[in-house]
Amino acid sequence: MNINWANVFDWMQLLRCFLVGGAICIIGQILIDKTKLTPARILVIFVTTGAVLGGLGIYKYVVDFAGAGATVPLTGFGYNLAKGTIESAQQNGLIGVFTGGVKAAAGGIAAAVFFGYIASLIAKPKIKKQ
Amino acid sequence: MDPTQSKQEYQKYVDKKSPNSPTGKNIFNAFWTGGLICSIGQIIMNICKERGFDQTTSGTIVSIILIAIAAILTGLNIFNKIGKFCGAGSLVPITGFANSIVSPAMEYKSEGYVMGVGGKMFTVAGPVLVFGISSAIIVGLLYLIFNTQAVTLV
Amino acid sequence: MKKIGKQTIKFDTPPTISECSSIVGPKEADGPLCKYFDQTLEDEFWGEETWEKAESKIIKENVSGLIAKSGIATTDIDFIISGDLLNQCISSSFGLRDTNIPYLGIFGACSTFAESLCIGSICVEGFAKNVICATSSHFCTAEKQFRFPLELGNQRPPTAQWTVTGSGAALLSQDGQGPFITHITPGKIVDLGIKDANNMGAAMAPAFVDTLITHFKDTGRDPSYYDAIISGDLGYIGKEISIDIAKSRGYNIASNYNDCGVMIFDKNAQDTHSGGSGCGCCASVFSGFWFKHLKEKKVKKLLLIATGALMNSTSSQQGESIPGIAHAVAIEV
Repeated sequence: MNINWANVFDWMQLLRCFLVGGAICIIGQILIDKTKLTPARILVIFVTTGAVLGGLGIYKYVVDFAGAGATVPLTGFGYNLAKGTIESAQQNGLIGVFTGGVKAAAGGIAAAVFFGYIASLIAKPKIKKQ
Repeated sequence: MDPTQSKQEYQKYVDKKSPNSPTGKNIFNAFWTGGLICSIGQIIMNICKERGFDQTTSGTIVSIILIAIAAILTGLNIFNKIGKFCGAGSLVPITGFANSIVSPAMEYKSEGYVMGVGGKMFTVAGPVLVFGISSAIIVGLLYLIFNTQAVTLV
Repeated sequence: MKKIGKQTIKFDTPPTISECSSIVGPKEADGPLCKYFDQTLEDEFWGEETWEKAESKIIKENVSGLIAKSGIATTDIDFIISGDLLNQCISSSFGLRDTNIPYLGIFGACSTFAESLCIGSICVEGFAKNVICATSSHFCTAEKQFRFPLELGNQRPPTAQWTVTGSGAALLSQDGQGPFITHITPGKIVDLGIKDANNMGAAMAPAFVDTLITHFKDTGRDPSYYDAIISGDLGYIGKEISIDIAKSRGYNIASNYNDCGVMIFDKNAQDTHSGGSGCGCCASVFSGFWFKHLKEKKVKKLLLIATGALMNSTSSQQGESIPGIAHAVAIEV
């Protein structure tokens, strides 16, 4: 298998990814420090924002610019759900609205559920020493 | 001056007395760790593309790999230490979503596999799916109704 | 026994605290008070499968340790008054189900230890020969019930307190050489609208000051009467706030006042933010540290005021504020 490592380590692309991904996390950190929001609420805010910005066609530009810097944060998860929904709505109409989103995010959801189950089989929670 | 004369006054007094989080340090850590996690994702994605996967499949592979790493670190009792250091840097990327599913699954194992692991797995991440999927469906319905270029994704 | 002033009870034949016993977890054993505790644990499970079972074992072993230490036959103990933080007080009732001693389960959040001393001393003054007052808490069970899974990678705000893993138990007797419980001042619920479950000290401080000042007014005493005034677990922030409020009402407690949550951990080395909390905090620090000081007469007059936040996760999710409570117990040798 030939991999062109120059393409993998496209430094300008990685820099854009790093800066945008980091900036999105800064917003999250400000929410943690300056509000009393719990982690669950912060994640909900990000996923909903991603879905709305995705639906408005704005988030696409962030993804084009930053790649994984926009898709790896949870806003990207929301974007992916909205994108899947709209794509599938174009093909299948109303039924597509209901099937498209979860289909697009299925890999992530299934992986998290499966690994969660596996972890519960073999691992045990421990006290935080610090 | 007695700060407990009214609730408003007491709240103001408490806010003044309570130390703030070290926001500068937290933001810096969240920035570089969050950026780093995204960059790792980008590198995985680039490798996938080099091996001939399309954009969507590559994105899914990136998610699965990052989720697997976060799940392993959670299982090894390391993720909570990472999370304490990184703050939003590890919470906001998909790793935080994975951790929020794996950690209650481990915690509630003591209540059995069905109602403990199965039932409590989504105590933190459930809302993410509820609001994520619901808002995506609303977006889709609006697209169907208006079918305008204002909702142009693809 | 008679009521003096607004809400204080003065005992005619003050009950003796004849023995105390304490067990704490590994983190507490790393703290500055390590050498005062009777037993310290290597890990938070203590050989059990679940944290809940471990907490029950802690209170069970602590009570049997207390009985063994005191040399009193189990049949001579009239009651155990006990409580903890878990729903329906399961740590206490499960831990103590095999003791064959009449049991009264109580809940006062982190004020439970002082509450049990209040009820226990009334019983002893009235009719009982020996009463055991015990409480426990466990970091992991409390986090699980009130906050997040242990492995969740979240950040604790600087105002958060660390639930103590441990238990304290005291044996109250009719006859004995002291230290004596001379007065008790059960407190009233005070709620100044604090909603932040990560800032319990601020929510409980007004209740602490209310009980403190009521106690002084009822007894005619002032802060300088006591060698030490000890609050249950207000932590660093609650302690500062309490000194401020008391000062604004004309009582200066800064010189002889300390807090069990402040004492039990080394804030900087152990990263416990605002200090310790939980039913086991006040109970273990009193049973370990203060009781020994009273016994050795290094401290002769002690005012113990344990504070509690009377909330649960449902009430905080529904946006309710946190009602605070504080009960005072005056102990003199």
